[in-house]
Amino acid sequence: MSLLATLARLEAVRSGHAEPLATVRHRHLSDRPMVLVPLAAAGEAGAPLAVLLGTERAAPRLHLVPQPLNRSQRFEFLAGFAAELVPYLESYGAEVEQIERTEKDPETGEKTQAFRELCADAPQLIVPNSGSVQHLALLGRSTRFRRTAEDPDPGPYPAPTRVPLLGRWLTHLTERAQVPGSSLLLPMTGLLARHWATGQSHLEDQHLGAQLAWHQPPFGIGGAELATRMETERDAAGQLLHPPAGPATDPAFDARVLAPAITRHDTALAALAALATAPGDQARLRVKQTAEELHAALLQVLLPTWQDVWRGLDLLRALPPAAHLAERWEGDRWSYTGHRDRLAAGEPPQPKQDDAVTAARKLAQREREQARLDVHEALDDPLAMAEHRLSGEAFAGVVTEVVPEYDTSGRSPKPRPLLVIRTTDRPHADQGRKVYRANHSSAQEAVIVGSDPAEGTVTVRVLNGMGRKKEPEPGSLPDPGERIVLTLFELTPRQSAPLPEPDDTPWTHGGPPGGSDRSPTATEEWE
Amino acid sequence: MNVLTYGQAEPVARRLRDLRGQAPQRSLDARALAALAANPGCRRRAVLDAAGVDKGAVAERLGHPAPFGQSPFAITRGNVFEARLKADGYAALLEPLRRLLGAPPEGAELAVPDLLPRSAPATRAERTAQALAEAAADPGRWTLLDHPMFRLTVAGSPAYLEPDAVVVHGGRCTVVEIKSFPIIDGSADPAKVGAAARQAAVYVLALQETAAGLAGTTADQSPYATDEFPGSPELSVLLVCPRDFTNRPTATAVDVRRELATTRRQLARLTGIEQLLDALPPGTSFDLAPDQAGSPTRPVAALTESVESVPAAYSPDCLSTCELGFHCRAQARCADAVEQLGRGVRGELGSLRTVTAALTAATSQGPQADSEAAARLAHAAALRAEALAANGADGAGR
Amino acid sequence: MTTGMTISPPSSPTNERPDENPGAAADSAVAAILAATVHPAPGAPRGVVVDSPPGAGKSTLVVRAARELVAGGEKLMIVAQTNSQVDDLVARLAEKGPDLTIGRLHAADSKPAAELSRYANVTAAPKVGDLLEQDVVISTAAKWQWVKTEARWRHAIVDEAYQMRSDALLAVAGLFERALFVGDPGQLDPFTVVGTDQWAGLSYDPSSSAVVTLLAHNPEIRPHRLPVSWRLPYSAAPLISAAFYPYTPFRSGTGPEDRRLTTSTAPDGSALDAAIDEAAEHGWALLELPARHTVRTDPQAVAATAATVHRLLTRGLTAHSEQGSTPLTADRIAVGTAHRDQAAAVRAALLKLGVPVDGSAGPAVTVDTANRLQGREYDVTVVLHPLSGRPDATAFHLETGRLCVLATRHRHACIVVARAGIPELLDEHPATEPVQLGVTMKFPDGWEANHAVLAQLNEHRVQLH
Repeated sequence: MSLLATLARLEAVRSGHAEPLATVRHRHLSDRPMVLVPLAAAGEAGAPLAVLLGTERAAPRLHLVPQPLNRSQRFEFLAGFAAELVPYLESYGAEVEQIERTEKDPETGEKTQAFRELCADAPQLIVPNSGSVQHLALLGRSTRFRRTAEDPDPGPYPAPTRVPLLGRWLTHLTERAQVPGSSLLLPMTGLLARHWATGQSHLEDQHLGAQLAWHQPPFGIGGAELATRMETERDAAGQLLHPPAGPATDPAFDARVLAPAITRHDTALAALAALATAPGDQARLRVKQTAEELHAALLQVLLPTWQDVWRGLDLLRALPPAAHLAERWEGDRWSYTGHRDRLAAGEPPQPKQDDAVTAARKLAQREREQARLDVHEALDDPLAMAEHRLSGEAFAGVVTEVVPEYDTSGRSPKPRPLLVIRTTDRPHADQGRKVYRANHSSAQEAVIVGSDPAEGTVTVRVLNGMGRKKEPEPGSLPDPGERIVLTLFELTPRQSAPLPEPDDTPWTHGGPPGGSDRSPTATEEWE
Repeated sequence: MNVLTYGQAEPVARRLRDLRGQAPQRSLDARALAALAANPGCRRRAVLDAAGVDKGAVAERLGHPAPFGQSPFAITRGNVFEARLKADGYAALLEPLRRLLGAPPEGAELAVPDLLPRSAPATRAERTAQALAEAAADPGRWTLLDHPMFRLTVAGSPAYLEPDAVVVHGGRCTVVEIKSFPIIDGSADPAKVGAAARQAAVYVLALQETAAGLAGTTADQSPYATDEFPGSPELSVLLVCPRDFTNRPTATAVDVRRELATTRRQLARLTGIEQLLDALPPGTSFDLAPDQAGSPTRPVAALTESVESVPAAYSPDCLSTCELGFHCRAQARCADAVEQLGRGVRGELGSLRTVTAALTAATSQGPQADSEAAARLAHAAALRAEALAANGADGAGR
Repeated sequence: MTTGMTISPPSSPTNERPDENPGAAADSAVAAILAATVHPAPGAPRGVVVDSPPGAGKSTLVVRAARELVAGGEKLMIVAQTNSQVDDLVARLAEKGPDLTIGRLHAADSKPAAELSRYANVTAAPKVGDLLEQDVVISTAAKWQWVKTEARWRHAIVDEAYQMRSDALLAVAGLFERALFVGDPGQLDPFTVVGTDQWAGLSYDPSSSAVVTLLAHNPEIRPHRLPVSWRLPYSAAPLISAAFYPYTPFRSGTGPEDRRLTTSTAPDGSALDAAIDEAAEHGWALLELPARHTVRTDPQAVAATAATVHRLLTRGLTAHSEQGSTPLTADRIAVGTAHRDQAAAVRAALLKLGVPVDGSAGPAVTVDTANRLQGREYDVTVVLHPLSGRPDATAFHLETGRLCVLATRHRHACIVVARAGIPELLDEHPATEPVQLGVTMKFPDGWEANHAVLAQLNEHRVQLH
């Protein structure tokens, strides 16, 4: 944690409520996000128990697995979940814009103009916390290879058609969530933590209710006290008043509410089955009742978190959007469009494991996006820039002097003026280091030629961005008295180096990947 | 550093018993021993654990019950998985063992000696040692010790440790640790594997001591050494887990040398418990003095005073690893300690230990207790104020 | 810590055979490596890996291998990791091999070091096409990644291969058929700032070390190792070998009497001078400040570090070694820290004392972080201990490679500046590291290595009040 973030937390401890860590909103928020609160069945990897989802705050829809060990009930759940989620995801695929791109002909190497479709908007999933993202990734992994009745070899337990499709979407979204700054799938705890500091630790912030307690705590109660209540307060039956946001449930809920309700429902189902020849209304009613009980019990533990996620969205929407959001969201739109196209082209599901080249490409993408995100945030938000100023990687100050000087080594003299900047910052101003002018209309580089920490001045020589003439273009240089920000890090992140095609994987990395690993068979079953 | 050699163990054990009072001793199992590494700087935890105090009961009496528990679904699933492994002469377990340890070949006999599971721990430990010696004596034989029991002396008291299984072959043995979290596509939750490795390391340590004891000597304490006595354990253990989304087992070898070194260090530190006991004020007791019905009668104030008399090293990690976590958090908040924000926070604050001191340093100009930390904080505070003022965003979103 | 070095089975340490001449042991190791590189047996693996402890003649080996390959009629490419490593290597090759023609491939916006223009046999260019006629072409891994695979070499040498990331090797491996990989497994691992958990345990985890990936996919490669450190003095080799290379021990090339530091002025009775005398006599000194929790740029520790360097220079020390006797000048001294702000603070403090720290303006003391000191060598080092004054130890501060780099840059002596209380800090450090399946464990554990070094330093402790 940086000192600035620590300071904000310390302030939050004293004030009793959350303190800002950003002056603008650094993540894209959709006008119509899909809020999704999943619950996992305890003790089994990626086994779903329930999900509450919807795009309407007032109309959450609950899907649940009445008996987590029952395969066909789980398939029913997944089919229902998919029927709700997949149409939402696909609904963004229709409206497109044509983007003109220069493409290289792979044969001739000639450059040609080509048009590519880019979806005008993309879906957005908001989940309570990072555990929910992991749960969705496991769901994606366990369902995307499922065979369906439409497969040539459907296997003994064919799944409904949409189930593998759901798995592929969930895999794509959870993979994309690993890319820094991406916004297709976001956990609310992470969103809030990026924008506000609470007076508790990161670990405690993982509890969405406790984290939100620091926002608008009621009069007379500090955030710490309210957060503790959120974490621990229980009713007379020993149930948490504010259940955790999942995906795991509280063990006391499992033991005292869920397990008995499941048992009652199982018993009712068994009783109904026993009467198969002459099903009685009584038995049917009992099944319906017990199903409703289960439904009510799960809705009760999910609703507080559902409300919390929407409250978090309210808080975030009150922040003005950062300037670079649209640019980064375009990356998400390309990601969405690409997946849409792969599905349409009938490509196989994502493999279990990346091959060497794919892994390296993804790592390069993440590093590139991390660098881009850092730059965007610093440019968009003075609080983010303050982090760099504090670490000596940027400085802000007032220009006290502009000394016109020229480079006369070439045929025609070029402007190489000196700027003297007065600053209270303490940059790592080693001579010869390049600096970059932030928030200027065009890119401009300079080099540090001297600094005087006692006087609080740094002198830099401007290298470019002044036009082609002997005298700098008007407005290309700051005037004396103007405040400027210079960074010691590049403001246009570097491209990643090219990597070979997977089929050209070299001997050092095991050679080209074999075919067998890339199309895993769907023999796995939940038991 | 040898945990088996104690000069005067008796008095320590008695003092610890006195601290515990009438409550039965919470025996130190492998999980508890492994947990010692979670916060070795905490004297409170060290004393209470060494005394075998039920920290959960103490926490409840103090008004901050620990929110720990295991879902009945998880317990059922774990039991089903282990039972499946051991069904049909350990058939499901043998497959991964064959793959990783080489054999026993199909059809070869696997000896499973009776380890007297219903006897007292001391008897079981004796029987296990005997079975281990027999199994190690014949390098050609494959033996599976099902729920063996090993004795390890910890802070003067015997601790009895029960691994899921130990496989003996070629004169050496391998600890088998069965867990119900899955290994999906070859990887598993690193935090869970880490915890399993630390727990398994306790068994390896106990086996090292047992094998060395059988050889009439003591185990090598170097983290890079491998003992070569009959029955000495391998320094990798077999982790057996459900594979992917199935109930079928898969096994993988986990190198526990690092965890073994850690465990050895922590146990060695526990032997220094006497110094901690010496520092306790007379009359310190964690006795809850339960009445006939089992309800504690010890006045909360007196219990609180006793608990407070042992200093804690609170960090938010404690909330998920120690029953007293919520109590210590409340205490840390009362004390205005910066640790309430996390372990890492202190690295930035130098010798400033309270929130008030840090915020005072950030805002005031006068002479400071830690001038360097104060200067950095003041600089940070100025930058923060400037940024918030620039955007007029102070209070935004509230 | 997700990447790990491969553990070779424990073998009998070379220092158990003190009668054997270290030169002979090193020569036979080098001969085997050169034979495998220059004249590979038919069917031999395409890679040769050499594990080299600090100062074991890695650069000399690279130069020899390059010269022998060229002598055999081959052209080759060399991959190093940083621009300064490349420049160092070019200078060394140009000097030791005046008959070689050397191409220095550089990025358009980063010119090679000015000193290289002294060498007539070095050609620098930003395009590889202009260098294809050179016997040897050298560049950084980052620059090589942009070279199209139409250019191909039969041989490559990858220097500092343990600091190279697996994905960088993936990008450049198409450029060569065979390669000699040379590196020090004990130094700092490559790293990334983004999440890579999903690839942990994969043999080709792109964030792991290139050598780890190479060996996982080419199990027939048996790493060679250089058994003798020519840099580390007799006083340092046993400790460093035991603490950081428990499975691949090495010895020093020099004996107890071969390296000496003498002073021309008597000590002034200060703790600083006492520490300098202790280090001059024993090769190690711990200058211990009173225990206190401090921020990273602990002003007192920084001042003590700078003052120690100042005294080293004013006391007129002379370094006597097998290479002769030379006065200890500023350029033979380095200060090592864990963080950049600490290095900046020490530099500022040295400037105040009038000690030069800018190498471009004449001989100067090098002050840098462990990361940037990798591969460098000095007569005397002053190290600000990574854990000094810290209220907590973190994985970063405990990282074995960091301490290993800092404790292995010296030919004569190493003076460590630290606040008291580090053993207690280590004892109270939680040991709850996650474990990734399939990842070879990084050994030794930072904790054990730290304790081993501290135990040794404690015997050479001078307290500063």
